[in-house]
Amino acid sequence: MLYSVLIYDSEAMVTSRSKAEDDELVARHVRLQEKLAREGKLGPVVRLMPTTAAVTLRQGRDTVVIDGPFAETKEQLLGLYILDCPTLEEAIEAARQIGAACGPRALEVRPIRWFRAGADAEGGVVTPTDVDSQVRANVQ
Amino acid sequence: MTDLAWIDAALHAARPQAIGALLRYFRDLDIAEEAFQEASLRALQVWPVKGPPRDPAAWLILVGRNSALDDVRRKARFEAPESDELLASLEAPAVDLAERLDDSHYRDDVLRLLFICCHPELPAIQQIAVALRIVCGLTVREIARSFLVSESAMEQRITRAKARIAAAEVPFETPGAAGRAERLGPVAAMIYLLFNEGYSATGGTQHVRAPLCDEAIRLARLLLRLFPSEPEIMGLTALLLLQHARTPVRLDDEGGIVVLEDQDRALWNRNLMAEGLTLVEKALRLKRPGPYQLQAAIAATHTRAARAEDTDWAEIERLYALLEQLQRSPVVTLNRSVAVSKVSGPEAALAILEPLADPLAGYFHFFGVKGALLMQLGRADEARTAFERAIALANTAAEAAHIRTHLDRLLKDSAQSGEPVPH
Repeated sequence: MLYSVLIYDSEAMVTSRSKAEDDELVARHVRLQEKLAREGKLGPVVRLMPTTAAVTLRQGRDTVVIDGPFAETKEQLLGLYILDCPTLEEAIEAARQIGAACGPRALEVRPIRWFRAGADAEGGVVTPTDVDSQVRANVQ
Repeated sequence: MTDLAWIDAALHAARPQAIGALLRYFRDLDIAEEAFQEASLRALQVWPVKGPPRDPAAWLILVGRNSALDDVRRKARFEAPESDELLASLEAPAVDLAERLDDSHYRDDVLRLLFICCHPELPAIQQIAVALRIVCGLTVREIARSFLVSESAMEQRITRAKARIAAAEVPFETPGAAGRAERLGPVAAMIYLLFNEGYSATGGTQHVRAPLCDEAIRLARLLLRLFPSEPEIMGLTALLLLQHARTPVRLDDEGGIVVLEDQDRALWNRNLMAEGLTLVEKALRLKRPGPYQLQAAIAATHTRAARAEDTDWAEIERLYALLEQLQRSPVVTLNRSVAVSKVSGPEAALAILEPLADPLAGYFHFFGVKGALLMQLGRADEARTAFERAIALANTAAEAAHIRTHLDRLLKDSAQSGEPVPH
């Protein structure tokens, strides 16, 4: 069975950590990922940018693009796509297509800060990479 | 993370919202700060035992409010009966928790708190100091160290500034859209100033002042969370992130300035760069350009160049020309002249500098740029005069040292050839 684990915390707290504290946190994650990879349990790992970098598409009669995250609690997270697009504009366009195809209430496009593809076929570990200008999208 | 570290971080993060709300209840900055202080002490006692609350800010607001009300009640027993009225006014509307913790209240509370720090009668440095104390919760000692003054001098400045704020009419009415926009301008300016105060510091003081940049970015992000669709706040946040990304390599090991062209771009902070670039993209989609967005777009153009020689100077010149239209300032023109020198050569840039000689007669960077352009043209004597003027106007030892390296090069070249440096 494949599982996803979604991580929650207060963004105000997380973004006010010092660089040293953050590096330490990332190092702990990487150590854990290596352990899970050795056990054959690790899939892709993603660290999202802050919600201030997000754009939300609200679908109704027309689709409206709103700056900021998806903040309602009436809907639940159903799934996500990871997209590789050269610009935010193209990511939004791709999210529009996802919205048109399956009609969810809202789609949040959130750039990815850090991406690790997970264990490769031989069970080895794919090196984590910073994601620069690539924008990947997360669909709510 | 240990309990105490977590609590400390949670108190820090909740502070602007909690003090903002307490200020709304009590309409008095001192009471609001004391109430928050009291609530924080209680949190340190209670949270390790009972576990952290689901919403730390809401917890702190309620506990702080109750403790301050207790104070008011205690005083009321000894003091004039008009306190009853105050007490009633404090208790009556404060019952509905949901109403009080409403998001829009939160937004206006934090904005009001930031806005009162920007009182126009306060000098810029006092605005920053008060914001650092009240909103960010830095200690007076930390702020004093950042500004390289004694703790008692800083204490005095902050006390005086707070007295001035208390004497002014604090705007408690809920602002409309236009009122919010009016408050956002000075608040954004104060945050930018705070960042620059940290960023322009150089040499041995660098490590002391870097926290100012971090606090400025924290405030900018806070503002952007509250106003997620304001393009200028996106621009401001992006500008700070993109500039801060270069911090690791702005100075060499001796504290000397490393100019953008010579920086090791591989050491720029990629996380901050990526976030800043995304915010610039987001802002530009809205097609409501403003000075922060343009400055961020300029920083982004530098960021996108993998090597200094890949820089799209034509784009930077275009952006500075747009910025000049929105914000007429000789400093902006000076910056455009640098872009012009890269696109059209030093002669064209010098022509742009000419009318700036008067307004920028006391400006270090004007003479630095002028000297560098004259040096490129081989006009060594004039370059030397400009550089000497720049050194006299330098704000920090590192700035003076940086110009001195140009002077040394001029001297060496003329010693070798005995002639002005050929172009």
